[in-house]
Amino acid sequence: MNKSASSTRVPLYILVLGLMAAGLFLTFYRHYVFDVPWLPDGQRQVWSIEAKIEFEALSEPVKLSLAVPDNQPGFERVSEHTASPGYGLAFVGEGVERRAEWSIRQAAGRQTLYYQVDMLFDENSFDNKRAAPPAIETVTYSGPEGTAVRQLLQRARDRSADAFTMTRELIAGFNNEAQLAQLLVQQKSRERRLVEMLNLAGIPARVVQTLYLEDGRRRQSLVSYLQVFSGEEYALFHPQTGHQGQLGNQLLWEQNASSLLDLVGGRDSRVSFSIIAQEVPASRIYQEKVAHLKNAMDFSIHSLPLEEQTMFKGILLIPMGVLVVVIMRILVGLRTSGTFMPVLIALAFIQTSLITGLVGFFLIVGIGLVIRAYLSRHNLLLVARISAVIISVIIIIAVFSIVAYGLGLAEGLKITFFPMIILSWTIERMSILWEEEGPKEVVAQGGGSLLVAVLAYLVMINPIVRHLMFNFIGLQLVFMALVLLCGNYTGYRLSELRRFKHLVQSK
Amino acid sequence: MMNLLQFWREHTRYGRIAEKGILGMNRRNISYISRYNPRSNFPLVDNKLKTKNLALEHGVNVPDLIGVIDNQHDVPNIARITDGVAGFCIKPAKGSGGKGILVIDRAVDGVFYKTNGQAISLPDVERHISNILAGLFSLGGKTDFALIESLIKVDDAFLQYTHEGVPDLRVIVFRGFPVMSMMRLSCASSKGKANLHQGAVGVGISMDSGRAVRAVQSGRPVTHHPDTKQSLVELVVPQWIAMLELACACYDMTGLGYLGVDLVLDKHRGPLLLELNARPGLSIQVANDAGLLPRLRKVETIKKPERYPVVERVAYSRAHFAAPSQM
Repeated sequence: MNKSASSTRVPLYILVLGLMAAGLFLTFYRHYVFDVPWLPDGQRQVWSIEAKIEFEALSEPVKLSLAVPDNQPGFERVSEHTASPGYGLAFVGEGVERRAEWSIRQAAGRQTLYYQVDMLFDENSFDNKRAAPPAIETVTYSGPEGTAVRQLLQRARDRSADAFTMTRELIAGFNNEAQLAQLLVQQKSRERRLVEMLNLAGIPARVVQTLYLEDGRRRQSLVSYLQVFSGEEYALFHPQTGHQGQLGNQLLWEQNASSLLDLVGGRDSRVSFSIIAQEVPASRIYQEKVAHLKNAMDFSIHSLPLEEQTMFKGILLIPMGVLVVVIMRILVGLRTSGTFMPVLIALAFIQTSLITGLVGFFLIVGIGLVIRAYLSRHNLLLVARISAVIISVIIIIAVFSIVAYGLGLAEGLKITFFPMIILSWTIERMSILWEEEGPKEVVAQGGGSLLVAVLAYLVMINPIVRHLMFNFIGLQLVFMALVLLCGNYTGYRLSELRRFKHLVQSK
Repeated sequence: MMNLLQFWREHTRYGRIAEKGILGMNRRNISYISRYNPRSNFPLVDNKLKTKNLALEHGVNVPDLIGVIDNQHDVPNIARITDGVAGFCIKPAKGSGGKGILVIDRAVDGVFYKTNGQAISLPDVERHISNILAGLFSLGGKTDFALIESLIKVDDAFLQYTHEGVPDLRVIVFRGFPVMSMMRLSCASSKGKANLHQGAVGVGISMDSGRAVRAVQSGRPVTHHPDTKQSLVELVVPQWIAMLELACACYDMTGLGYLGVDLVLDKHRGPLLLELNARPGLSIQVANDAGLLPRLRKVETIKKPERYPVVERVAYSRAHFAAPSQM
């Protein structure tokens, strides 16, 4: 029996070896042939940004013009490409006036065009001292508007020393003198008004559209900033808060005070941005400038559109979390409530950051348990009761978000990333556990789940792990092999060493 | 190299546990449950109604079935079904680990009394049945139905060994051979439950005589029942051979090679099959201070175990798996 049993294991070991070999081959192939480094390299970071343009074509000639970024302090354009089947394409203008123009004779229905640009981030070239200021345009004001403008300008001038402090004081004035500000923003946007007023004071300024570069973001939009010049030096100001300075990950997408997108022959247009960070060796960057080679063996996520790539950045991490669960359950013997619930919680933690996530988890589960305890007093059917818990969880999340936002804690809004249905089931299970086995077991299993979730989170946010999982898809096969191996482990769990310790200590 | 192995076996906890032949959870799942228990036979033991019917077909004694409630509409019938019955217990058909079992000792004027004397109302009982039907206690949360069984009268031999609950005998039957057994005695700290991890007392039972080997509570050796103060040394399971034969018969009727059989001794009806378990736990090794692996391996060497009739299998186990008392 033993003999035949061990021989049935052979196909499994062959499978494991095969997966391992294939996975490692793909991984090494990518490293040596495509020069993908083993470790993330912060120095040569390339941001890939994809603008997705969607609109409804009206069955007539379409002309579309999108503002696109050019080289600028801190960022060098490495390559750009578009996906726009059937459309003619031209790039016009230089520097701040650069635009991509698409055209087609006839188009109908929903259209989707992609523009992707790779910007090389170089901290050392971040020099905002050599920029060409825009011309000053003078607008004349009269009536109550004129009074308001003069009043605000006078106040700001009195309290400032130069162009930058003047801007800051002007924005502060807008915030403090709510009535005057209200009057001014009735006809033009706040940013435009600020630019006009700065121009009146002889300070060159313009509105720029910026994009925050954060790895793995989808459906982002541009944020308006004020660009104020003092000689050849410029500074960015947030038009609402007056916060000064450009963040290292803030890209100026549109700097010409014109529109982001001009469309003729279509309607309902929308532009959204997806962003991904990549570490590419310097040698590779120049190759890419020459041609964007697509190789059949280059079996990687990088051949997908950026929006899907950002999605995969999260998905490809899941095997890592799953492996943590497998190890904790099979090798360590930790009890968790719901097998893979910890992985989902860990994914939520990645979105919310750990502390916010933990606070949110305890809040939701804690309040949920109280509500569930009340519900159990009524004679309710299980499905209805869990549904009631789901709705309670949603209400808790909504109330928490509103309260947090009201208190100025933007972090609190991230609580919506929690998987609500899973949490409801967790609450239900823990509640039953409480009734049947007492609070000790609830703490044991809840703590176990949370511990596994935190461990999975710590592994999944590790930059090296993220880099490896995303860039080497072959590792997925290696993980598969490891999980299969764990599934074949007949030894003791760590917890069993404790469980059976009295049996070997008594003598 | 040899020295290293010897050191590992004698001086590390892992090595010593392995040396003792303790069966771990992973090995139980891979080498015994998934190898010897055909998946298709699981419903026979996971569904207590099927187990009951199967037992009746094979002439195995089980507690009397008073009624079955299988949909929400019939829940109010509980009052009519149990009318005139002195005591009964309500069980989920697909429950596991003793979850969801409600024992009603007596019913007076529409008030139900649990074994610990706690009074509950008819709506409480109905809510419990609703929960069972919705699958609260079933494996994987599947919809379930409730069995209403007559109460077991504890045999006089065991009266001194129990607090509230009914003491039961767990026998591990491997390929038809009983390999290890223990008595589970509920006590105050286990709240009438008979599961060791809930604080019940486990008494290892020698396979030859039905005598106690040792007793543990929460992993520590004990010599007396914590509530009744009865010495556990003198515990002997009456009708021992009949109990073992009943356990063996359960293998024949389910075809599950690695089976946990829970038996009780009824005052009037003798040995009864309480329930079967296709994934029996590992605490039985703690109660017996012995590993399952040596016994399981011994039975694995038997060629064509199906040739042996029940009587011979019981004789084999009694000859090979005896253990002296440690108390």
